[in-house]
Amino acid sequence: MQELFTAEALIQGSYLLTAFLFIMGLKRMSSPVSARSGILWAGAGMLLAVLVTFLYPGMTNYPLIIAAIVVGSAVAWWSGRRVAMTDMPQMIALYNGMGGGAAAAIAAVELYKGDAHGLVTMVLAVIGGLIGAVSFSGSAIAFGKLQGLIKRSFRFGGQQVFNLALLVGALVLGGLIALGINASPAIITAFFVVALVLGLTMTLPIGGADMPVVISLYNALTGLAVAFEGFVLGNAAMIIAGTVVGSAGTLLTQLMAKAMNRSLGNVLFSGFGDSGGTASGEVTGSMKPIEATDVGVMMAFASKVIIVPGYGMAVAQAQHKVWELTQLLIDRGVTVKFAIHPVAGRMPGHMNVLLAEAGVPYDLIADLDEINAEFDTADVALIIGANDVVNPVARNDKSSPIYGMPILNADKAKNCIVVKRGQGAGFSGIENALFYLDNTRMLYGDGQKAAAELIGAVKAVG
Amino acid sequence: MTGIVALYIFMLAAFTGYEVIARVPVILHTPLMSGSNFVHGIVLVGAMVALGNAVTPLEKAIGFVGVLLAAGNAVGGYVVTERMLEMFKSSGAKKAGGSQGAH
Repeated sequence: MQELFTAEALIQGSYLLTAFLFIMGLKRMSSPVSARSGILWAGAGMLLAVLVTFLYPGMTNYPLIIAAIVVGSAVAWWSGRRVAMTDMPQMIALYNGMGGGAAAAIAAVELYKGDAHGLVTMVLAVIGGLIGAVSFSGSAIAFGKLQGLIKRSFRFGGQQVFNLALLVGALVLGGLIALGINASPAIITAFFVVALVLGLTMTLPIGGADMPVVISLYNALTGLAVAFEGFVLGNAAMIIAGTVVGSAGTLLTQLMAKAMNRSLGNVLFSGFGDSGGTASGEVTGSMKPIEATDVGVMMAFASKVIIVPGYGMAVAQAQHKVWELTQLLIDRGVTVKFAIHPVAGRMPGHMNVLLAEAGVPYDLIADLDEINAEFDTADVALIIGANDVVNPVARNDKSSPIYGMPILNADKAKNCIVVKRGQGAGFSGIENALFYLDNTRMLYGDGQKAAAELIGAVKAVG
Repeated sequence: MTGIVALYIFMLAAFTGYEVIARVPVILHTPLMSGSNFVHGIVLVGAMVALGNAVTPLEKAIGFVGVLLAAGNAVGGYVVTERMLEMFKSSGAKKAGGSQGAH
């Protein structure tokens, strides 16, 4: 008995320390200076928690536990090391879905065993299982969409009614289980099947552009599911970590939705994200092409250049060349800044990661609020692979689907240079009025090739 | 743990999560989301306990899948977050010989 007590105390004390390390880690991760150490703190907490859990009294199946940890860790380590930075959003979705699946699995084991007692415990086990299962299958769809495995959005008439029916079905089955009316294995199985299907049908109609918000939402939901299952197991570390992620994730989801000018309800229930046919508003004027050598001269003798990178730059793998160009200009005494729109990458902050990968220091990178006033004083705005985020119709055309979205005021710069492959419209299919302005010139070509030409042109200036 | 104590923990943790990241700059949204994704990988300890107490083959199978998924969440979340944050450098740190800019 004495020995059991000390093991218990060691476990609980370690979990407390883990919770502390997680919170401090997240805190450090919210500033670029200390971010790197944040993940190390959190990692140490995780390692500690997992190690002491092996001391849990009364556990069996150790070979199975170790085998599952080894296999799961090895696969995740291998995939995490080799994933390209451009594919990071879908990888986060995948790992997040695994966490949701694990929470659902805990709920399933507890419910099949019939060990959980008390109304509150049963209700939380069921709700955690529902959320975890939805997050699991929903995240899998999010991964498939961003990875390009699922190309189209599946929509049919009455889809929302159908989803609502599924949700009600899951809640009724869950209610039967939680209230102890019928907790037979068949009912439990049916409950999890309905929950998994709900995750699929909820996520399938959502367009690719909205997916980051959805991933963030599922991240918060998984946190909640983990907290609920932590209550069921009486595990304080899970309750604290899960709840912290649940609330931090909710805030992050709101910030992202706001940055994209979308409300959460809109994202989940309207399906604009990949609408191709809503292009509106004819634009008058013509696109005026320019040669790289002229742009090179223009930038070499500028006092201030603002670069507006978009996802197209990352797809063309042009960020290294763009950084090389930036260094050339800085050496000539030109002030160069990067203006990042919140949705410049696949999700807010993604572009910063891609630029960091190329070696661009974070203090050259400014976000929308910081940089927008500076376009007035910029000689050149170089827009590379970005489109909708610099479209002035968002400011003045009420009929446009992107009306009201905060944009980068690139049109205010003395000269706008747009690097673009062809004359097509952007991700949303909306014509870009910026391309037709008098102070805009189009530099046609692949991002990587155009950046290389610009480097040559600046060097030629001498 | 009594229900009311758990509720207190739940409430305080919710405020903590909100406050901790309330002033995060947009440039860190993606790594932070990845980092919080790693933190809920703590579900691994719950999955270990669930599998450790599983008796029937069905429970063991589900518990095994649970631990497998949870380990993937924790390790994968850690690896990608660390990879992203490792790249964040200031221009000062770069000139000082490429130090990590963190301590």
